[in-house]
Amino acid sequence: MGEAIVVTSGKGGVGKTTTSANVGTALALLGKKVCMVDTDIGLRNLDVVMGLENRIIYDLIDVAEGRCRLNQALVKDKRFDELYMLPAAQTKDKNDISPEQVRKIIEDLKPDFDYVIIDCPAGIEQGFRNAIAGADQAIVVTTPENAAVRDADRVIGLLEKTQIAPPKLVINRIRPSMLRNGDMLEVDDICQVLAIDLIGIVPDDEVVIKAANQGEPTVMNPNSRAAIAYRNVARRILGETVPLMHLDEKSGVFRRVRKFLGMG
Amino acid sequence: MNGKSSITIKGVKEGLVFLLDDQCDFVTLLDELHAKLDKHEQQLAGPLVHVYVKLGARQLDEEDKERIRAIIRKQGNFLVQTIESDPVAEEAADYASYRLHTVAAMVRSGQTLEHDGHLLLLGDVNPGGTVRCTGDIYIMGALRGTAHAGCAGHEEAIIAASLMKPTQLRIADIISRPPDEWASAEPWMEYAYLADGAMQMDKLTHLHHSRNKVLQAKGV
Repeated sequence: MGEAIVVTSGKGGVGKTTTSANVGTALALLGKKVCMVDTDIGLRNLDVVMGLENRIIYDLIDVAEGRCRLNQALVKDKRFDELYMLPAAQTKDKNDISPEQVRKIIEDLKPDFDYVIIDCPAGIEQGFRNAIAGADQAIVVTTPENAAVRDADRVIGLLEKTQIAPPKLVINRIRPSMLRNGDMLEVDDICQVLAIDLIGIVPDDEVVIKAANQGEPTVMNPNSRAAIAYRNVARRILGETVPLMHLDEKSGVFRRVRKFLGMG
Repeated sequence: MNGKSSITIKGVKEGLVFLLDDQCDFVTLLDELHAKLDKHEQQLAGPLVHVYVKLGARQLDEEDKERIRAIIRKQGNFLVQTIESDPVAEEAADYASYRLHTVAAMVRSGQTLEHDGHLLLLGDVNPGGTVRCTGDIYIMGALRGTAHAGCAGHEEAIIAASLMKPTQLRIADIISRPPDEWASAEPWMEYAYLADGAMQMDKLTHLHHSRNKVLQAKGV
């Protein structure tokens, strides 16, 4: 029996889909059988980030309404045999599926997979309620901005009222240079306000945008700092103790990456 | 009366609700009730109707209530069920009688913690979160959101927190917005209180000057 983990944030644009895609892929990289579920109905993105858009035949709504079997809707990843994705519908909206229907689908997926990663839409309305319905655990993504932290706090409050285990925090898009100058919220300050366990800090990395545009999850690129950070998140999900990445001292790696990409 | 009726009649599932204005003179009110019922005599005839009278803030003794009943009863098919005034404001609750209640919680954005009495919160109040109390608020943790002490009107209420970084503080009807009005970067614990209708901050160790009613057995 696998575990269902919902990736949520409240605020949009902080990197839920990127985190879902990369953590899912990283878990597959570590030999786990993973299914990623996109619940952002009407605004699906996970398939684009994974580069699987052209393989979609059926979607989440088709499964919920019985137009196809669950297995038919699963899209197999082109890189890993044990990585699948259940895409969201693009033509419907969030109210066309109920939390009970999502819960049923997640329950059906869990016996066949080690991890079910649920990509949640922004907001705290129906789409959010759908996404968290079947989850056992939650990862809250935030960025070092006040607005994102505020929304993360709101979402944590809502998650704490459910049966889901205490959520874990990913701080995304950290810019070490801005941290050094004190222009960005400190990791420690964010953790103090949100008062939940930190499961990963991810530096801002241009490689992430580039990779997403190419439909290639960043974790595949071992030269990217963000990739290593996402792999670390996956290892912590598996229960390993991995020290937090040092954002400051290894700025040399950034230069190396840049050089490697021909920008330095 | 400047043409505005002091009586509003509303139909509800259970019958009719008479909303009587609480500002005008009582005699005027009775006259108008009289007039209104006479005018609608035909329309209001028919099967038995239950009537609920709401007096607003007006407080009446039994004698006056009976006068209202008598007028309405004249309309044969009306049965007066209740005559109610709004509950008296909570001023009656004595500040000294408030009990201390302890809660362990994180009050996050969008959440509100309310209590009647004094409150000891073991945990933080985050920005966007609110704690509201009729008595004092003591927070063993960080106050980063909004705290409203003495919300029923008690100006002697205080707000104390281990870390005082509120979005907004309110005591009784006074609202204060740090850091526009004051900023706290002191290393010691502080509390907020009202002095001459303005929000003030002081060291918590000074609190006993204003609240020394409890007898202490101090060593000699």
